[in-house]
Amino acid sequence: MVPASASLHCHDTRSLTGTEAKMAEQVKLIGSSNSPFVHRAAVALRLKGVPYEFIREDMSNKSELLLKHNPVHKKVPVLLHGDRAVCESLVIVEYVDEAFDGGPPLLPADPYDRATARFWAHFLEEKCLKSLWPALWTEGEVQEAAMKEARENLALVEEQLREKRFFGGDSIGLADIAGAGLLGHWVGVLEEVAGVRVLSDKEHPALRRWAAEYLANEAVKECLPDRDQLLSHFSAIRDKCVSVAKSMLPK
Amino acid sequence: MAAEKKGLQLLDFWVSPFGQRCRIAMAEKGLAYEYLEQDLGNKSELLLRSNPVHKKIPVLLHDGRPVCESLIILQYLDEAFPSTPALLPAGDPYARAQARFWADYVDKKVYDCGSRLWKLKGEPQAEARKEMVEILKTLEGALGEKPYFGGDTFGFVDVAFVPFTAWFLSYERYGEFSVAEVAPKLAAWAKRCGERESVAKNLHPPEKVYEFIGVLKKKYGVE
Repeated sequence: MVPASASLHCHDTRSLTGTEAKMAEQVKLIGSSNSPFVHRAAVALRLKGVPYEFIREDMSNKSELLLKHNPVHKKVPVLLHGDRAVCESLVIVEYVDEAFDGGPPLLPADPYDRATARFWAHFLEEKCLKSLWPALWTEGEVQEAAMKEARENLALVEEQLREKRFFGGDSIGLADIAGAGLLGHWVGVLEEVAGVRVLSDKEHPALRRWAAEYLANEAVKECLPDRDQLLSHFSAIRDKCVSVAKSMLPK
Repeated sequence: MAAEKKGLQLLDFWVSPFGQRCRIAMAEKGLAYEYLEQDLGNKSELLLRSNPVHKKIPVLLHDGRPVCESLIILQYLDEAFPSTPALLPAGDPYARAQARFWADYVDKKVYDCGSRLWKLKGEPQAEARKEMVEILKTLEGALGEKPYFGGDTFGFVDVAFVPFTAWFLSYERYGEFSVAEVAPKLAAWAKRCGERESVAKNLHPPEKVYEFIGVLKKKYGVE
């Protein structure tokens, strides 16, 4: 096992004041730069104006630090706030919203609206992603069935986005963080590597518009991996994507 | 146009552990509600209208407005009724994050693995058994020495997991293991929870659950 390599990722052009340096020491994000789940955590931190240290994890050779702080799932992202670890990207996003005062709230104030935000975040995470993966990486009849389901799920998201700028209203919120990076940036790369189209301007105009607005946000731009980097990464792990897709099919 | 029905209603199915979470939560909070048993083989207009995306129970209706997904319902109950006993610890973001993590773990692991245990045979069933034992041990680790997952108080993770205690007997029979043996602290926790009125009144006897699984197996053609 090798120690994780650390690099400082804060507001790029500003130098840190003493207080900021203290805070930056306190908050760490363990992740890989290709993961859309790590991106969620990074976006939440940046939207809330929380300086943090990014610790780059080599997922093919997991560090002691990662295994210590996420023994249950052994996955990234892991947020370290002091010595306390928070795991699971959407749990991290809610934690960041509750633990840090700065920046706009990532969830609305009204309990019913909060339930709605959580519902769509969960839908994007559970249904959308889980149906997209087999739709991209399987073949033949299996793929046809998966594609049908993926399209149905995307149509539901499309319908929601006709009425709203973001799921969070005027500003980016939990559900947007759950899905916009994935659908707006990662899926394009995955479609290219897989040689399969799932999203289109014609069928998903609202979704495209939503993703574009999300990707235009400064905080989002700061932690979005370069497209070519993603392309090269997913091309290299194509076989793994296929086997993961197979394992996701009902037994 | 008819006025929206005031108050709380729960669209549910008698044996569903996800529905039972909501029943137990409302009992703990002292909230009155109307229970509406659903026929899942012939879904009602109300259910389809209230949960068009998943078409599943449980659905909580509050003054006619639907809230779906059991863990989302639990958080909604905390937030919409702040004067009732909280399920998620108030004012402690880290404790809340821990609770959400473990409830999510229960959601990701327990029901699926349990289903494989009674649906499958041979090697895949043996794998499911091994996995279930691991899951129970992991949850026992999270419980530690505390009386409840929530610490001294019965909380979010307790409510999320306790309905599955009615399925322990079935897991034990199909998996041929004993919860008391592989996870004694968890077994003790289950007993402790069972002594709470909210739990005792809202869980079905384990033998009934076992019987239900038998019926499901016939339906799926798994013998």
